Amino acid sequence: MTSYRLSKGGQIDRATTLPFTFDGRSFNGHGGDTLASALLANGQQLVARSFKYHRPRGILTAGAAEPNALMTIGTGGRTEPNTRATVQELYAGLEARSQNRWPSLSFDIGAVNGLLSPFLNAGFYYKTFMWPASFWEKVYEPLIRRAAGLGKATNEADPDAYEKAWAHCDLLVVGSGPTGLAAALTAARSGLRVVLADEQPAFGGSLLSDTAALDGLAATEYVARCVDELRSLPNVKLLSRTTVIGWYDSNVFGAVERVQKHVAVPASGQPVERLWRIAAKHAILATGAEERPLVFGGNDTPGIMLAGAMRTYLNRFGVAPGRKVAIFTINDTGYALARDLEKAGVDLVAIIDSRLQSSVPYAGKARVLRNAVVTDAKGGQALSSIQIKQDGRFQSIDVDALAVAGGFSPIIHLACHRGGKPVWSDEQSAFLAPDNLNGLSLAGAAARTGNLADCVAHGSTEALAIATQLGKSGEAISVQVEGDLSGRVEKPLWSIPDNSGKAFVDYQNDVTRRDLDLAAQEGFGHVEMAKRYTTNGMATDQGKLSNINAIALLAEARGVSPAQVGTTTFRPFYTPVSFGALTGAAKGKHFQPIRKSPLHNWAVRNSATFIETGLWYRSAWFARQGETTWRDSVDREVLNTRINAGLCDVSMLGKIEISGKDAATFLDRVYSNGFAKLPVGKARYGLMLRDDGMIYDDGTTSRLAEDRYFMTTTTAYAAGVMSHLEFCSQALWPDLDVRLASVTDQWAQMSLAGPKARTILQDIVDEDIADESFGFLAAREVSLFGGKLRGLMFRISFSGELAYELAVPAGYGESVADALMQVGEPHGICAYGVEALNVLRMEKGFITHAEIDGTVTPADLGLAKMVSATKPDFIGKQMLKREGLSDPLRPRLAGLLPLDPTQGFRAGSHILSKDAAATLENDQGYVTSNAWSPHLQSTIGLALIIRGPERHGEEVVVWNGLYNEFTPGRICDPVFLHAADEKPHA
Amino acid sequence: MASLISCPHCGSRPKEEFEIKGAALPRPAPDAPQSEWFDHVFLRENPRGRYDEYWHHAAGCRRWLVVTRDTASHEVEACRDAAERVPA
Repeated sequence: MTSYRLSKGGQIDRATTLPFTFDGRSFNGHGGDTLASALLANGQQLVARSFKYHRPRGILTAGAAEPNALMTIGTGGRTEPNTRATVQELYAGLEARSQNRWPSLSFDIGAVNGLLSPFLNAGFYYKTFMWPASFWEKVYEPLIRRAAGLGKATNEADPDAYEKAWAHCDLLVVGSGPTGLAAALTAARSGLRVVLADEQPAFGGSLLSDTAALDGLAATEYVARCVDELRSLPNVKLLSRTTVIGWYDSNVFGAVERVQKHVAVPASGQPVERLWRIAAKHAILATGAEERPLVFGGNDTPGIMLAGAMRTYLNRFGVAPGRKVAIFTINDTGYALARDLEKAGVDLVAIIDSRLQSSVPYAGKARVLRNAVVTDAKGGQALSSIQIKQDGRFQSIDVDALAVAGGFSPIIHLACHRGGKPVWSDEQSAFLAPDNLNGLSLAGAAARTGNLADCVAHGSTEALAIATQLGKSGEAISVQVEGDLSGRVEKPLWSIPDNSGKAFVDYQNDVTRRDLDLAAQEGFGHVEMAKRYTTNGMATDQGKLSNINAIALLAEARGVSPAQVGTTTFRPFYTPVSFGALTGAAKGKHFQPIRKSPLHNWAVRNSATFIETGLWYRSAWFARQGETTWRDSVDREVLNTRINAGLCDVSMLGKIEISGKDAATFLDRVYSNGFAKLPVGKARYGLMLRDDGMIYDDGTTSRLAEDRYFMTTTTAYAAGVMSHLEFCSQALWPDLDVRLASVTDQWAQMSLAGPKARTILQDIVDEDIADESFGFLAAREVSLFGGKLRGLMFRISFSGELAYELAVPAGYGESVADALMQVGEPHGICAYGVEALNVLRMEKGFITHAEIDGTVTPADLGLAKMVSATKPDFIGKQMLKREGLSDPLRPRLAGLLPLDPTQGFRAGSHILSKDAAATLENDQGYVTSNAWSPHLQSTIGLALIIRGPERHGEEVVVWNGLYNEFTPGRICDPVFLHAADEKPHA
Repeated sequence: MASLISCPHCGSRPKEEFEIKGAALPRPAPDAPQSEWFDHVFLRENPRGRYDEYWHHAAGCRRWLVVTRDTASHEVEACRDAAERVPA
C-alpha cells in the first residue's frame, strides 16, 4: 500500500467519484482514470499472478503493451477476460477480478511452481512430458492448462451490439502525440481529407504525460489548441478510443473503435465496438516508441514500472508511485521523471544511471549513482529494496517504487503487416520499419529518436510531402519547446550481470533471460526457434515489451549483432480484438439473410412447417388436425396429389429470362441437349454440364418468343447458374447478342399436380387449356381471372401426374394460391410441401441434386440421349468424351427396395453384393435418396450402382457403417410407379 | 489478396463484393485435341508474380472482370471487363 493519489495535479476529474471493485473490495476512482491508475491511487500494487510461476505482479506500463495487469471485468454476458487495466477506462460500478490465482491473489497455491522452476524452464514441455504418449492429452495437458491460464470466457451470450463501417480518406494519421497532431494539422490545413485515430480516450498521446511547454503553452493546452482546430475543420474525422489493428492490401487499415467500453451499461442504439475499415490514399504512422524494460533479477516485483508509465501516472492521473522512489535509467528521460517527481513532492531516493555521465544537469536531492546498475529487486509482493552494483561494489537501498528507463523501440508493427521485415539500425540501436513502403510513412519517434520539436517538425514535413504529392500545398509547422529532455540515442543496456533472482524478458509468458540463454545453448538460437522453444513473444501482448530484449540477448549469447538474429513476423492484430467486433451485426438471426417465398404467408396460413434450405424457408409439409407425425402429413399429401390434386410452392426455383437475337445459340452452348429448334410456346428439360463433362444443373427452359426464353434452375444452384451464364455470355462469347436477367424474386410460382389439376386450373385461366390447346410441355403467357391478371403457365411435371406450373407476379402470389385452394376445394385439393414433392418425384425416378452430386455424367443417370452428337460446341462436350466416363463399370442410376418392406435404409448407405464383406473393394455404390412411399408401403431408394441398370432384380445388402445397419434389398427400376401411365401427357 | 478492386464500371470496391473463379485462360477451340482441353480444365500454373484471374462483381454490376494481380505482393496491376478483347 505505497502508491497513492496526490492532493492535486493530473487531468482527472476530481469532482466525479467513481466507485468500483477489485476482487470484491470496494475502491473509488475519479473521472478520467484508467482501471490501472485508480488501482494505483488506492495503493493496490499487486494486481495479478504470472502465467507459469504464479509470481505476484504489478502494473508495469500505462498503455497497450501491458503484460501483467490483465484482469476479468464485467459480469454475466458482459464478462471480458484478459482486459488490460492500463487501457480500460474506469466507470462507476466497474467490477474487476484478478486471474490465474487460487485461492486468492495474495495467497496463491500455484506459486509453488516457482519452486519447481528448474523443471519448468524453456522447452520443458518437450523434455518433461515425452512419455507415455497417451498421458499428454489425458493428464499433462489438462493439468498444465489448469495451472497456467488466462481469464475464462463467459458461456453467456454477449448482449451488446457491434457494427462495421468504412471510412475513406486522403491521409490516415495513426497516433495523436506531438507527431500525429502536427501531421494531421498540416494535412488538414492543406485541404486533404484526414482521419486521425488514437487508441486513447483523449488525443495528445505522450503530451498528456509531459510537463514540457510548447509555444509557451502547457503540453495539455497545446493539445487542446490543436484538437480544437482539427475539430473545426470539415475535412477531418477524429477517431478516439480507436486502435488501428492492421495494415492490409490496397492501403486499407483495420481499426477497432471502443464506442461504449467505458460505460457500465451501453446505451442501446449504439454499438459497444465498431470495426472500421479505412481506405486511405496514404497513411502516417505516428505511433511513437515503446519504452523497454531492463532485465535484472526480480524485475517483475510489484512496485517496478517503466519510467514513462510512472511519469504518466504522476502527471496525467495525479498518482505517486510510492513513498521512496528510485529511478534506474540508461538515458536522460529518467531525469525528466526525477524532476517531475520531486516537483510533485515525491521522495526520490536515488537515480541509478548506467552511464558515466548524463547530458542534463540534475539539481535535485536524490543520490545519483553513475556507472551503476540495479542487479536485483527484492520484496516479493511489494518492492522493498534494490541491489545496486557500482564500480564492482554492491549496495542495497530501501525503496518501494522503482522506475526503469531502458531506452525506446519504435512502434513499427503496422508497417510490417504486409510482409516487410524490420531493419536493424546500429545508429539508432533499434529495429526500424523497412524503407519505401508504398502508401505508408513513419514519422516522429516511430521513425527515429528525436526530441519533441523534432517530432512536430517530422510529422508536419511528412504530411506536407503527401499533400504536395496529392496536389495540395501548405506550410510546415514548428514549435518552440521548453523543458524537454528527450531526444538522444543512448547505447542500450541488454544484459545486466550478477542477478540472483529471476530476470524476466517476457513477463506475460514468464520467459527469463536464463531461458533464452538455454535456448541458444541448446541450438535453438534462431529467432523463430527461440520463440517457440521459450514461448517468448507468444502471449497476448505479442512481445511488445519483450521481443527486442529477447533478440538482443540471443544476439549476445550467439556473439552476433541483433541484425543477424532478425525479428519474428509481425502480424495483425496489433492488440487483441474481440470476436464481437469481427462478427459485427452478423449474428443470430442476422447471421445470414432469410429468403421467404412470395407464398410464405399462404403457407403459414395453411399450417406449414418450414425447413431451411440455403437461405430459403421452404414449406416442408402442411399438418392437419389429427396428424401426429410429419409422416402422417406427407403420406396424405402424396396420396391425395395422385388421387385429386396438390398445390406446391415452387417459387424458390431459380428463374432467368434470356433474350437477344442469339439467345437460341447461347442456350445451345450452355445445355448439352439442343434448344435451337425448340418451338415458341414450348418448354424443354435441359442438362447443363461443367467443363469436365459432369452434370452441373438441370431444369426446364421455355421459349416465350423467338428471341426470349424463360429458364428455371434448381433452388440450390440458382445463384451459381446465373453467374455461370453471365460468365459464358461475357467472358466466353461476348459476341453473342444475349441479355440475362434474374427474375427469381419477380414471380410467385406454384405447381398444381394431380388428375384434377386441369379442372381446377381452368376455373381461373381464361383460355381453354384442354390437352389439344395446352398440350404436354406447352409454355406460354395466359390471362387469368377474366383478364385481371397475366401469368406464365407451363405444362411440366415433376410428380409424374398431370401437372402445371403457374407463375404470377410475386405480389399476386398469395391471392392466386388462395383462389386455387378455394376453387380446388370441391375437387379435394391439398397443399403439399417439399417432403411430399420429394416422395412424388422419387416414386417416378426423377432426379435432384441428391443424384447430381458432381460425380455423374448424363449417361450415369440414364440421360445419355440428352447429349447432342451434332452440336459443334457446348460446355463439357470435349471432356465428356474421356474414355473413363464411358467405362461400363461406372455406378449408374437404379432403384432400390428393401426385401422386407418394414425395414428401411438411409441415404448415404453403401451397396454390397449379397454375402460380400463390408470392405472398400466390395463397394457396389451408394444410396442417393430414400423416402417412404405410401403407394408401395415400403421405403424406396435411388442409388448409383455399378452396372445398376443391368442388375434389376438382384438381391444386395444395403450397409450403413455409421449405424451398423445391414438391410437386405433388391435392385430395381428407378421408376417405382408405372401407373396406367402417360398421365402427364394426357 | 487485394482489399480493394477497381472495377472498370463501379470504381474502387471492397473485395467482399466479388467472387473469384480462378485463372483467366483462353477457352480452347471446341474441336481442340482432348489433351489441350485436359490442360485447360485441370492444370494450373501457380506463378509467383503476375497472374490474370476471372473475378465476378457479383454484388455490384454483375460483370465478369479480368484482374491482373501479383500473387506475391498482392498489388493489382489492371482490371478490365472480361468481354473486352485485348491484343495478344
